[in-house]
Amino acid sequence: MTIQALAFYLFASVTVASGVAVVTARNPVHSVLFLILAFFNAAGLFVLMGAEFLAMILVIVYVGAVAVLFLFVVMMLDINVTELRQGFLNYLPVGLIVGAILLFELLLVIGSLTLGSSIGVLPAAPTPSVLDVDNTQALGNLLYTRYVYLFQAAGLILLVAMIGAIVLTHRSRVGVRRQRIAAQIARRPEQTVELRKVASGEGV
Amino acid sequence: MDIGLGHYLTVAAILFTLGIFGIFLNRKNVIIIMMSIELMLLAVNINLVAFSVELGDLVGQVFAMLVLTVAAAEAAIGLAILVVYYRNRGSIAVEDINLMRG
Repeated sequence: MTIQALAFYLFASVTVASGVAVVTARNPVHSVLFLILAFFNAAGLFVLMGAEFLAMILVIVYVGAVAVLFLFVVMMLDINVTELRQGFLNYLPVGLIVGAILLFELLLVIGSLTLGSSIGVLPAAPTPSVLDVDNTQALGNLLYTRYVYLFQAAGLILLVAMIGAIVLTHRSRVGVRRQRIAAQIARRPEQTVELRKVASGEGV
Repeated sequence: MDIGLGHYLTVAAILFTLGIFGIFLNRKNVIIIMMSIELMLLAVNINLVAFSVELGDLVGQVFAMLVLTVAAAEAAIGLAILVVYYRNRGSIAVEDINLMRG
């Protein structure tokens, strides 16, 4: 139990510290790297809770895809960092006030939170014992049977996002010569070949 | 020292607050704003998984996975919009996006 507490405080403190670094770092690249650290430690928290599959998905999706996408965009765009940081200190007081109020309220809710005796008696999908079925298999059993439509909808959302991103960023450059097969096939001999009667001994 | 639901909820609350704080702090840098949104979604996921484990109900984890999907899609679309905006305007200062007077 002590080991668990130790691991929890380690993961939690690193997550929160890197979260602070994400929003306050001067360089956006550093922000992205701290975001990756925060995701890794959140994955550690998930493992600690017993949700291994989500932890691994978090590493794969967030670190492997989302954070790398952020990194690409940050490095691709030539951003003037100092210009973007103007007004940083102007917004600091209002941000601190709003953040403090929100955190206070959230902690108030958490502090007074008591689960009722009837809650958890009838779970929608009871977690099977880890001795029988591990987390990944249990989640798969649930996701591919009862929630298969939601799973398909999630795939559809990703498809739409992919198509949307491609459509948004795709640009057709002018002045680039490409092979247009339809135009090639549609050409008729009358449009291109001209037959002339050439008299013998004279030029065209 | 027992680590329970309240501990995880506290971490999630702090992360969520950090996300809000980051949005206020970096009003001009839209990339950091999107990273703050990702932090907030991560906090929501921690909440969902914590309650799922506490109540012994796997649906919370299914829900967390769907939130993750939406977060990934949102990041992809947002960054695509950002790239197009940068290509057109040459900067990503979001404070002067009022072309549509909305």
